[in-house]
Amino acid sequence: MQKILIIGATSSIAEATLRLYAHQGAELYLLGRDEEKLETLANDAKIRGAAEAHWAKLDVNDIDQHASVLQTAFSSVGTFDVVLIAHGTLPDQQACQESIHTTLRELNTNAISTVSLLTWLANQMEIQGYGTLAVITSVAGDRGRQSNYVYGAAKGMVSIFLQGLRNRLASKDIQVLDIKPGFVDTPMTAGFKKGPLWAKPQTIAQSIVKAIDKQRDTLYTPFFWRWIMLIIRNIPEFIFKKMKL
Amino acid sequence: MTPLYNQLPQQSVSGWGQYPKMESVQIAVHSKRKIRELFSETKRNGLDQYGLITRGLGRSYGDSALAEQILHTEHLNHFMQFDADSGDLTCAAGVTLADILDIFVPRGWFLPVTPGTKFVTVGGAIASDVHGKNHHLHGCFSEHVSSLKLVVASGEVMSCSPQENAPLFHATCGGMGLTGVIVEATLRLIPIASALIAESSYKTANLEETLTLFEEHDNATYSVAWIDCLATGKKLGRSLLMLGEHESREEAVKEEQSQESALQAHKNGKMNVPINMPSMLLNRYSIQAFNTLYYHKQTRTHQTRSVHYDPYFYPLDGLHNWNRLYGKNGFVQYQFVIPKSAGLVGMSRILEAITRSKRGSFLAVLKAFGPQNQNYLSFPVEGYTLALDFKISPGLFEFLDELDRIVLDCGGRLYLTKDARMSEATFKQSYPQWEVFQEVRSQYGADRLFRSRQSQRLGL
Ligand SMILES: Cc1cc2nc3c(=O)[nH]c(=O)nc-3n(C[C@H](O)[C@H](O)[C@H](O)COP(=O)(O)OP(=O)(O)OC[C@H]3O[C@@H](n4cnc5c(N)ncnc54)[C@H](O)[C@@H]3O)c2cc1C
Ligand SMILES: NC(=O)c1ccc[n+]([C@@H]2O[C@H](COP(=O)([O-])OP(=O)(O)OC[C@H]3O[C@@H](n4cnc5c(N)ncnc54)[C@H](OP(=O)(O)O)[C@@H]3O)[C@@H](O)[C@H]2O)c1
Repeated sequence: MQKILIIGATSSIAEATLRLYAHQGAELYLLGRDEEKLETLANDAKIRGAAEAHWAKLDVNDIDQHASVLQTAFSSVGTFDVVLIAHGTLPDQQACQESIHTTLRELNTNAISTVSLLTWLANQMEIQGYGTLAVITSVAGDRGRQSNYVYGAAKGMVSIFLQGLRNRLASKDIQVLDIKPGFVDTPMTAGFKKGPLWAKPQTIAQSIVKAIDKQRDTLYTPFFWRWIMLIIRNIPEFIFKKMKL
Repeated sequence: MTPLYNQLPQQSVSGWGQYPKMESVQIAVHSKRKIRELFSETKRNGLDQYGLITRGLGRSYGDSALAEQILHTEHLNHFMQFDADSGDLTCAAGVTLADILDIFVPRGWFLPVTPGTKFVTVGGAIASDVHGKNHHLHGCFSEHVSSLKLVVASGEVMSCSPQENAPLFHATCGGMGLTGVIVEATLRLIPIASALIAESSYKTANLEETLTLFEEHDNATYSVAWIDCLATGKKLGRSLLMLGEHESREEAVKEEQSQESALQAHKNGKMNVPINMPSMLLNRYSIQAFNTLYYHKQTRTHQTRSVHYDPYFYPLDGLHNWNRLYGKNGFVQYQFVIPKSAGLVGMSRILEAITRSKRGSFLAVLKAFGPQNQNYLSFPVEGYTLALDFKISPGLFEFLDELDRIVLDCGGRLYLTKDARMSEATFKQSYPQWEVFQEVRSQYGADRLFRSRQSQRLGL
């Protein structure tokens, strides 16, 4: 039986993922800030087949709480096979340009909080000696664009951090998976008009579970984003800077 | 939260028949709180001048789940409680029947009533008060719902059951989303020992024989007939009548040769119709060929076999988006019921009109209904129901108006969840409890907030 810890468990992508693990009979530990939703998710997971589903409150911006909340999770369950970090917000780029406070808040939620969580978790996993650290970043972290470079910078920071962590933990048999979704139809993107490039959280979840099983390093999901981003990353800067992206 | 009419992009939406289409803003809600906020925002901004309606999986054929503002329940998809002794399942209204089967068949439970597709939500099944092949014995879906929770126009969450707020319960079951948003329901699953159905089918020579066989087998759990509605004269109404029973564990194990596979849930179908097909594909000749082949696929007059519940109940679910076969102009499904007293004579009149018109149907499904329930707008009354598909084509609506007159003449009515075109007069004549329904709606302020394109057409 697998034991899974999910941070930002109320996210749609996390929820679709935890259902797959529940169906497999895993033991789940869910962290998030919306207690009512966490309770709903835990009940649902148990009916779907989870061996157990615990939950606890964590606002990821409350960095002082990280160590104690994580410690409680590990103490009550013992070890975790997989830790998935899924929380995030999509900043209003215009608002960030107008206020450094908004920018800093967004960088905190999308990057600093994750770095803090990973710092504690990496040490714990190293002691444990096995397991997976999986983090949802974004294709937006691959290159800065005028429409959302605060978000992109935060996600890009986490990706580089993960790269280093992977390098550090590779010899310890710990998988560090960087999950880079493209456009996903979730509450975060409720205001966008959806087109053919948009994927459902269930599709993303399936690819996440598969990438964890296969011990992959980086996952572009759905798969075609690997090719789209390859092109985007390779457009020369003197052209890129003039594009409306 | 910004679910405001003018702030969200409009998208073209339609029901399963792809007719009619309209531009709508769509909002997916995540919690009762969000629904409450949405209602007060809507009213505060004067957006209640536009229609607002709830939508599940959009498997209703016409305009029941269409309005300028559509509230989706796809995220209200959690199981809440299951009692393994009684089979009582409490879940959110956006949970799909497919999801319930997926989780509960392997544990030995099945739906008490199921329509011909598993891709519907619990909320949609209650709002249309759907029926299945066991209506003659077990009634409609709502008769297995012990209670539900409804967010009414004020934002208040009301508990309703046949005992508590009974008028609201009877207006909501079959009420096509016009009383509020169903957010939660408790239904009772039935125990099964096997995922297989023992099917027994009879080939009949004409309508009289078909109706007689329905009578003779009125104690069979499931029964339905497929009518070759292009056969004429003495062969009018020739059918394949199919009966079914859940298999016992012994039968299933014998066939599947293992205990585990006896309770296997369905697999997810992979075939898809990616785009709208040229509607020429379905013409008089191809339909005639299909009907004839289907009728003759069974050579003996009686045969039995063992089939998995998935192809038995949901033969079309394996082909995703099969509705696109009818082309981009879409189609309507015409489903009517006539009382038992009108029986053979009435059904013959209607079938003759259809064969004369040469507007074939791909599928024509006949079923005998048991007694009517207490809900104000539920469709079934004791008698016979027939469902047929018609591709949208010139003259179709005039022809259907003609059929309406015969159906009304027989004391019958049309199924709201399939309807896209009946007139207000036809509706009001054939659903005599519509005024009681309206009274309950206005008591809860529902008439000022919840309106679908259909309710506006029908004068509700
Ligand atoms: C292939 C096929 C076979 C079918 N076979 C049968 C059959 O055998 N028997 C039968 O009875 N029906 C049958 N149907 C019709 C189908 O079962 C109904 O239309 C059902 O209501 C669809 O559910 P949905 O979740 O897709 O709802 P939608 O189509 O999205 O909505 C249908 C109605 O329910 C309302 N509604 C949906 N969710 C809620 C909610 N949470 N709260 C309040 N109102 C809500 C909507 O406002 C609308 O009026 C069939 C349909 C198809 C496509
Ligand atoms: N949707 C996309 O197109 C897309 C694309 C690429 C990457 N991603 C990434 O995918 C991940 C999941 O997002 P999603 O699409 O599933 O959106 P989502 O459903 O909106 O999930 C975001 C989650 O983050 C949580 N969260 C935000 N701030 C938090 C905080 N301070 N403390 C605790 N939890 C907090 C939210 O909690 P509440 O429920 O309490 O609000 C919410 O559950 C995010 O990292 C996102 O950046 C999404």
